[in-house]
This record gives sequence, structure tokens and C-alpha cells, in this order.
Amino acid sequence: MTAPKTLYDKIWDAHVAHEQEDGTCLLYIDRHLVHEVTSPQAFEGLRMAGRKVRAPEKTIAVPDHNVPTTLDRVSGVIANEESRIQVEALDKNAKEFGVNYYPVSDVRQGIVHIVGPEQGWTLPGMTVVCGDSHTATHGAFGALAHGIGTSEVEHVLATQTLIQKKSKNMKVEITGKLRPGVTAKDITLAVIGETGTAGGTGYVIEYCGEAIRDLSMEGRMTVCNMAIEGGARAGLIAPDETTFEYVKGRPHAPKGAQFEAALAWWKTLYTDEGAHFDKVVTLKGEEIEPVVTWGTSPEDVLPISAVVPAPESFKGGKVDAAKRAIEYMGLEVGQKLTDIQIDTVFIGSCTNGRIEDLRAAAAILKGKKIKDGMRAMVVPGSGLVRAQAEEEGLADIFKEAGFEWRLAGCSMCLAMNPDQLSEGERCASTSNRNFEGRQGYKGRTHLVSPAMAAAAAVTGHLTDVRELMNETETA
Amino acid sequence: MEKFEKLTGIAAPMPLVNIDTDMIIPKVFLKTIKRSGLGVNLFDEMRYDRQGNEIPDFVLNKPQYRDTQILVAGDNFGCGSSREHAPWAIADFGIKCVISTSFADIFYNNCFKNGILPIVMPQEVVDVLMKDAEKGSNARMVVDLEAQTVTTSDGESFPFEVDAFKKHCLLEGLDDIGLTMAHVKDIDAYEDKMAQARPWV
Repeated sequence: MTAPKTLYDKIWDAHVAHEQEDGTCLLYIDRHLVHEVTSPQAFEGLRMAGRKVRAPEKTIAVPDHNVPTTLDRVSGVIANEESRIQVEALDKNAKEFGVNYYPVSDVRQGIVHIVGPEQGWTLPGMTVVCGDSHTATHGAFGALAHGIGTSEVEHVLATQTLIQKKSKNMKVEITGKLRPGVTAKDITLAVIGETGTAGGTGYVIEYCGEAIRDLSMEGRMTVCNMAIEGGARAGLIAPDETTFEYVKGRPHAPKGAQFEAALAWWKTLYTDEGAHFDKVVTLKGEEIEPVVTWGTSPEDVLPISAVVPAPESFKGGKVDAAKRAIEYMGLEVGQKLTDIQIDTVFIGSCTNGRIEDLRAAAAILKGKKIKDGMRAMVVPGSGLVRAQAEEEGLADIFKEAGFEWRLAGCSMCLAMNPDQLSEGERCASTSNRNFEGRQGYKGRTHLVSPAMAAAAAVTGHLTDVRELMNETETA
Repeated sequence: MEKFEKLTGIAAPMPLVNIDTDMIIPKVFLKTIKRSGLGVNLFDEMRYDRQGNEIPDFVLNKPQYRDTQILVAGDNFGCGSSREHAPWAIADFGIKCVISTSFADIFYNNCFKNGILPIVMPQEVVDVLMKDAEKGSNARMVVDLEAQTVTTSDGESFPFEVDAFKKHCLLEGLDDIGLTMAHVKDIDAYEDKMAQARPWV
């Protein structure tokens, strides 16, 4: 009998094309997602070496980071010349190398990590890579998915493999049920608050437990998306009926007998009883509150009921980092988080730009208006998410509340397109990083769930979403 | 790729923890379609004011650190984005080695692809090296990859660990794609096997 294996062990073993004596492996890559920012130098490298893309049918490209999300993009060219050149380079490279492509003009265009699952490219048990750290998102399907640099993008394009050594196994269990108003985003932030941004370094995390099982695919993608923010190479959730149901019928998912054969294999993708984890973290689902970040690292997480912490309450190098963060964020020690006034609300990104996220925000906003002077925007994760939200009437709720209703892209999550914060502007954002300058030079970011972002848009300050939910219930 | 030779150079201290890739190279510089020329924008928002003037207090702007080749940094250096522009900018500035207690995984890998040696040392050693780096251009730190040691300007020497294969590639300046192409038969065989076992992929 073979030793019990974790889910990660099983997917890893199924993809080793070659192993050296020292354990360095050539890991075969099933899906390679490509966007315009981290790929031009890789395609150029291929061209200079006279190499082809080894498996263009397994390579999927879509522009997302740079693209404008204003409605006028349909008619015009991209105004920023450098952005335009990058997107045009992807247009050209996709054509020249014959890879699958969703150009800006295609309704299916969107954020690469939303388009992949939506189109059925991402399937359980696969290896998925992309020149983007949030590739971890695809782990929600029980796929081993992680970000790579541009040299590795070129390597995968040329060889369909990566030179890799195996990571260690880490288990993050969320037991019990979540309380109302608490979402997948709160889980993933709470975990990073617990482990720190380097807590997962050297590991692949498997998320498990009742609270994870209860999540939809959208919620699971939110959890895995931020595995990288905890330092892990990847996050995984074992596939189950929820996964199979989501995958079935997607354009690039297997059909008929092939689906049945795939399903039989997918059902073997779970961690065996007694398999070894090198590190285990357990959180109780019912103890997780709606959370926000106060600082400039995703580990600066506190429940919405808390106050801005004193730097002296931390240890080591974090004391100075916290001082710097509080100054950068323009906060005062001891200030209640709910007293922090917000200028801008951003709902979108590969973390929270899916249909369920928009539903959660719209549920809070229905029949309400955003605070006077508030700048608020919704940027759907893909053209199809946008279309679905319009069909469900969510777009009308956002527009009536005073939100801008945008086209799909990464937008203000990383502010490479014109959607940026100005100096000192403070944003409640459903994105994944609150780093200095992330959403614009000297911009200030508080990471929250879509429901919490909607609540802040209504009240004008960081708000416990449960207060608005009670209002809705008693109304 | 250039071979990693024994390095004797100025080390700069950056004790801040969680120095992320947005700090190393802000996104406005990701719009390039080239790999070169990013050194001038390394740590851009910490290094220059909005008018493009140098901020004198920033370590790499100080006269004694202009020729820095080694960076001694706080925990979790290079966290965040997968952008290889970060190591490209570091290399283009002339820095060939970064020492910290820990690195983010993708950044760590990206360094080796660009002739940069990231070294993980325990906190107490980083503390000693940080002190040594504070001496600026009056001192030279020595990084010997072959022997796997870092030596301070006082001659105090510390060993470090590095993956044997990564070390070999760095010392020889080997190109990964070239190495993998030598195993193309294994990749062919794997694809043939999978066409049978998992045809839906």
C-alpha cells in the first residue's frame, strides 16, 4: 500500500515529466494563461531564439491589466501610448504564435483569472500558471495554480513545463459556519491576519473545513486568490459536487463520455486520511467577523469593531513598519476603524469581481444612495459577468445608488489604467493589496469584502455591514 | 545569462520589513515591452519626489551607497506581484545579491533567472550584516557563492544554504530553456501518456 497523500501530492505526482536526483522536477503545465504586462519580453525571447509555442492550444491570452474600463473604450483606441503598445503587442503575439485569444473587443474579455474558469479552461487536477501572482485563484477547482515571472512564462511557452521543486504541505481549516455578513473575503483576510504575509512561504495551502465546503465556487476563488498574500505558492480546495456542477457545460470543459472519464479522476482528488501536513492552522468560522485592513500590508487585518493598533503592540521589524503604515494611511492610534472616512469605493478585481460579489454588494445597496461626494465604481471581472449582472438587474441597482458601471478589466486594483487614486484619497476596495501606492501614488487602501465596500459607500465611512443588514431586515 | 562571480561590494541597509514589488518597481514602469533600463526607477516612489528630484534620505541616494551591489533587507522581501520587472530593476541598478531573513517565493525564483543571488540568513546574522552595511562605502562585504559564505568588512564569515541546482545554474550562467530542451524526449513521452490517460486536458 502506498503512503497517504495530500491533494497537492496527488496533483504534483500526476504532472512530473522528469525528475533529477536532487528532486528538481520538470512539471508539466496543462494551462498557461497570458496577459499583456508580463508576456511581451517572453514572446520576444522566443522570437529571438527562433522558438515556437509548444502547446498553443493550452495557452490562453487576454488583455486585462492596462485596458480602460470606461464605456468609450468600445469606440476608441487606448489613449495612453504605452498601454496601447502593450495591448497591441499581445494582439500581435497571440496571432503570430497561434494561441487562444480574447481581445478587448470580445464580450468574453475580462480579468484572466475570471475568464479562465468562466470558459472552462480551468479544471480540477490541472496545473495552471500565469505571469501573475493571483493565479492562485484557480486553486479553488483543486488545480495546482501559481504565478510565475516572465522568464518562466517564456520557459512554459517554449517547453510547456516548469523547473520546480516541491513545496511543503500546509492545511488551513475553517471549521463550523460563518455568521451572517461574513464572507469568503473575510475568511481569506482573517487567515492572513493570523499567519502573516510570510506565514505560507514555502508551502502550498489546502483550505478545508465546513465553512470552506459551504462556499460557492466564486467564494472559493476569493479564498484561494489571496493565498499568495499569505506567502504561499498556491492555495487548493478539493473538488466536490459544487466544483463539478460549476464546470459542467462550460465551453472548454469536457463533454459526454469525456466528462464522465474526467469526473471519475476528479473524484480521486482529495487528501487521504492520515496524510502528513507540515503546518496546520485552524480558525473557527463562527468567530470570524467582517474584517478590514488598516495598514499597508494584507496582514494588517482587524475586525471592523477594532481600533487602529499601537505600533508598540507588534514585535521586531514590524514596529517600524506599523509606524510607517499608520503615518502613510493618515490614521491615529486608538482611532475606531468605523470612524475612518472614505472618499472612494472600488468593487471589482480577480478577488471580488464575480457575479456573486456583485450580488452581495447590490443586496446592501438596493434602494439606497451612496454618500454625497463619494466616488464609487463597479468594474465587473469579465464582459460575461457584466452581461449577467445587467440581466439580473444588479447594474440598475448600482447605477441608481450612484455607482459608475464599468467595462471589464483589472482597473483600480493595480491602477495601471486610468482608474487611480490621487494623493491622500482613501478607498474601501474589494481588491487584494493595500501596499503603498498600489492604487495610485500616495493613495490609501482599505481591503474589504464587496458587502462591506457597499456599506462604506452608503455611510461614507468604514462600516460594519451587519448594521445595514439589520436595517434591511426590519424595514 | 552572466555567470555569478565572487562578489566584493558595497552593501546597503534596508531594514524595513515586507518590502513589496510595488515598492521595488511601481506599476507605471511595467508598461515597457523591454527588460532593460529599469534601474533608474528602482524603488522609484521612495527614491524620488513627485517632481522627479532625489529624496536625499533614501539610502541609495546617499553618496556612500550609489554603487551598492548588495542589499541587506528586512523580512519577506519581494512580496506581492510576480512582476519580473522587480529583479530586472535590481539587476539593472547593479545589485547582484539581496540578503534577508525571508523572501517571497516568486521573487526568490525570479532572482535566479536574472543572475541575482537571494540569500536567506537567520535574524541574528541579518542584524550583524545590517550593522556592517551601515558603514557604507567605507566597507566591502564579500559574497562567495562557490563557498556559500558571506563575509563582513571585519572578516566575520557566515555560511548560507542554497539549492545545489540553482547554485550550479547561477555559477555557470546557464539558460533554463536550453537545459529543459535537453529533456524534450521526456516531455514528448509525458504528453503521449497523458493523451491516453487524460485526453480532456
